[in-house]
Amino acid sequence: MTGALEETPRVRTLLLDAEGWPGHRPGQHLDVRLTAEDGYQAERSYSIASAPGEPLSITVERLEDGEVSPYLVDEAREGDGFEVRGPIGGYFVWEDDGRPVFLVGGGSGVVPLMAMIRSSPGSTPIRLLYSSRTLEDVIYREELDARAGHGLEVFHTLTREQPSGWTGYSRRIDNDLLREIAWPASDDPQVFVCGSTRFVDAAADGLVALGYDPLSIKTERFGATGG
Amino acid sequence: MAEERRLDGNAIGGVMIELFGVEMTTVPGSCGNCGAHEQMAETDVYLDAPGIVVRCRHCQNVLIRIVRGNGRTWLDLSGLSSLELPL
Repeated sequence: MTGALEETPRVRTLLLDAEGWPGHRPGQHLDVRLTAEDGYQAERSYSIASAPGEPLSITVERLEDGEVSPYLVDEAREGDGFEVRGPIGGYFVWEDDGRPVFLVGGGSGVVPLMAMIRSSPGSTPIRLLYSSRTLEDVIYREELDARAGHGLEVFHTLTREQPSGWTGYSRRIDNDLLREIAWPASDDPQVFVCGSTRFVDAAADGLVALGYDPLSIKTERFGATGG
Repeated sequence: MAEERRLDGNAIGGVMIELFGVEMTTVPGSCGNCGAHEQMAETDVYLDAPGIVVRCRHCQNVLIRIVRGNGRTWLDLSGLSSLELPL
């Protein structure tokens, strides 16, 4: 570990220098394995946040009953070492073919989508629909604001609490919200949806109801507990 | 709640690389029960059973069970009729 960035009170980005790292593709993840003094091992998967070619980073959300994430978010310091396996995944990977891209992220499900945004040359139109509980929970908020406009459109929805004067969306993702934001199915977009199981199912089902080909929708679910 | 524990095959990409030596999330497999043909990423995965349980998204048949411990991995593929591995 070579550094850290506090993203939100519950989320931290860890910069890693992984020996022999072969490089990765946007959307892939890696596994972190921690070993206790008594030999007990715990292993969890984390999405890679950095674009290929950038210093390797993961963004981790602290789960209160977790075995690995509390260490990574609260305790790990620059210079600490731990085992990493990866890159992993070939399914939830974006290959830019010029088709418009629709990214749908819930909470820390935005992390692999951010790797895609960071790796975009800007010529392919990308829309991100990003659901967070509160404004404080929005990961990468400043960077998304800064990147918006250069082929990227960002739509936030805050599901639990909205600041006064909030002009974004204020509800969980539903079919009407998807209809307003998603590219028309006839544009043949690539779609990546990442978040909790409930979130991903709702978004994917909604897109199919809008006429999206299920095969064009790539999904990745993560657990709300145990991390 | 079981619904919230249901993940997908992306979650075991690392374990599968260790077992098979290749990237497995894009590997198609056929369900031995209903015949559905899906990439491993598009299966239902439960990590917190005693071991890992992979189910067919269409018929819920158990495709794969993986139990690790005591320096060994016990791999049950009996719910699959085939896997198409890259050469």
